[in-house]
Amino acid sequence: MPPLDPRYQPAEMMPFTSEPWSLPPIEGDDVQTLPFGPVRGDVLESAQIFFYYIGEAILHCHPRLFFKHRGMEKRFEGLSPLLGTVLAERISGVGSIAHSLAYCHAVETACGCEIPERAGYIRTILAELERLYNHLYYFGHLCHTTTLKVGEAQGKLLAEQCKQINGGLTGSRFLRSILMPGGLRRDLDVSELPAKLKALEPEITTYLKAMEETNSHLDRLITTGHLPQQTAYDQGATGPVKRASGIARDLRSDHPYAAYDRLQVNVPVRNAGDAHARIQVRMEEIYESLSLIARAANDIPIGPVFSEISYSSGAEGLGWCEGPRGSTYYCVHLDGEGRLARVKVKSPSFSNWRVFPFTVHDTNMMDYAINEASFGLTMAGCDR
Amino acid sequence: MPVWTLYGISRGIATAAGPEQDGAAAQPGVLGLPRYHAERCQENCRACTDVCLPGALSLQSGESGERLALDYGKCIGCQLCTESCPNNALTKTEDWAFGVRNREDLVWAEALKSAPAAEVTRKIKKYFGRSLHIRHVDAGSCNGCESELQALNNPYYNLHRLGIFFTPSPRFADLLLVTGPVTYAMRGPLMETYNAMPEPRWVMAMGTCAVSGGANGGGYSCGHGIQEFLPVDIYVPGCPPNPSAMIHALLLLLNRANQHVQGGHFAR
Repeated sequence: MPPLDPRYQPAEMMPFTSEPWSLPPIEGDDVQTLPFGPVRGDVLESAQIFFYYIGEAILHCHPRLFFKHRGMEKRFEGLSPLLGTVLAERISGVGSIAHSLAYCHAVETACGCEIPERAGYIRTILAELERLYNHLYYFGHLCHTTTLKVGEAQGKLLAEQCKQINGGLTGSRFLRSILMPGGLRRDLDVSELPAKLKALEPEITTYLKAMEETNSHLDRLITTGHLPQQTAYDQGATGPVKRASGIARDLRSDHPYAAYDRLQVNVPVRNAGDAHARIQVRMEEIYESLSLIARAANDIPIGPVFSEISYSSGAEGLGWCEGPRGSTYYCVHLDGEGRLARVKVKSPSFSNWRVFPFTVHDTNMMDYAINEASFGLTMAGCDR
Repeated sequence: MPVWTLYGISRGIATAAGPEQDGAAAQPGVLGLPRYHAERCQENCRACTDVCLPGALSLQSGESGERLALDYGKCIGCQLCTESCPNNALTKTEDWAFGVRNREDLVWAEALKSAPAAEVTRKIKKYFGRSLHIRHVDAGSCNGCESELQALNNPYYNLHRLGIFFTPSPRFADLLLVTGPVTYAMRGPLMETYNAMPEPRWVMAMGTCAVSGGANGGGYSCGHGIQEFLPVDIYVPGCPPNPSAMIHALLLLLNRANQHVQGGHFAR
């Protein structure tokens, strides 16, 4: 019986079998294999990347994921929808808002609940704050792979400053413990937020410009990890990865949620499809996030932040959020007593890990780390 | 390249003030684990236990009816109990330095035991002086703990200045720092990493998942923390622990900081 069968007991350890996994047959004497991981250098998440290579040239790359599979979807079963939020925040730590927002959205759709306008605006601001610290850390890590040391330090410092702003605003550096189905747990005072970010903006602008003017950095990015538009479309790429391959899709403007229907979202797109295009899309998204937060904080109405929600039996709903890494979906099914019967999670990293190997086959080892950093994926969200 | 050097210098010093005996400063406003005021707790009330996902709060039957039991080793700091308690018996705090040497110190106890076990890691100083090399293993975390561990190397926390480094190979490591509840697939790699480390070696459980399984533990492919598999020297609950709490725990291991939590009571 598969573990997600409703009759399967939640605490029972699944009987695992170690079946041999299949890799494409490779002929030739010079081909070597490299299992890289699951414990990798530095502080990284666990995953194994399996390579077939000759010298510097990679013939085939096979990511072996799900070392971190925790069975999170099963954990939702039987919980009250309120506690489900706490769990959703912990599917992917650096995507706490993306996941909990999509989850709350799904529960609200299922139960026919309209959240108050102010709650929608605050959710928008929180989602953009999450994008901001994630993207800034992304640049720090990318500079690490291109050995731009000052760039690395500055990117990580700016991410730290954003996390501290998050902490001061919500009490959590990861913006946790604030969302709940029906709105927000408590009201937030966002009046000082634009000034704090305004003070940070010149630093961010200088930093991003300096990277775009550094030849050694750009040399490693341009033409690296090319993802053609057709492949991106066929394999279901999402988020900045997809937009860097010329597909202009963004849930914030295509299917608005929270307060995005009242705020014009500018969706940056690049056609090159290489690592440089992926960083350019993220650069523009940082500026757009700053602008969105400023506009949302300016327009935000006064009012309640929570509307009563009654958990109707047997209700079903779909919720979504365009997180820093792309589209996050939750599908929620409530049981007869208004508790969670089944929750399905689709995280952006799950989609993009599928796309990623297509940019690694027939490239070289030297570019691998840079290419992986330019995708900016998490394991936790994918593995669940 | 000289442009970047100049750029770096022109930013000035970004590093926070050095951690004194009590560890580095946490940020104001960042919430830590809740504090329990037993005298305000009302009998036959289940408001907090009903909203506690990881089971950090539970009711234990004692001599005079049911009593609330609190285990910080399971607390994920979701703040739901502080918001649901009708009598403010559980309050929000900014307590962050929750690293302890004994697991029992995370369980709230009415009366404090006399002497804390401070001598357990005293010998570590003999071996290492003040420096430490860490091998981190992610045994199935949500990436929150990794994000904060990565933050330790940013210019603000600048862990290097304390003589503490992350090392790529377990062969060079003194401390195995584990995050996550230990998933089925990570058991093998975790044990192999531990076995590859030279002795003497130490183990730190970082984050509530590694301490007890937290919100994630106990499913069909997930354990209840690392103490089922490895001898743990320092436990650090928190979801995730603040980077300052991580620094405090590392200094606690090296006997360069004091333990603040005893019998579930936090005191500076």
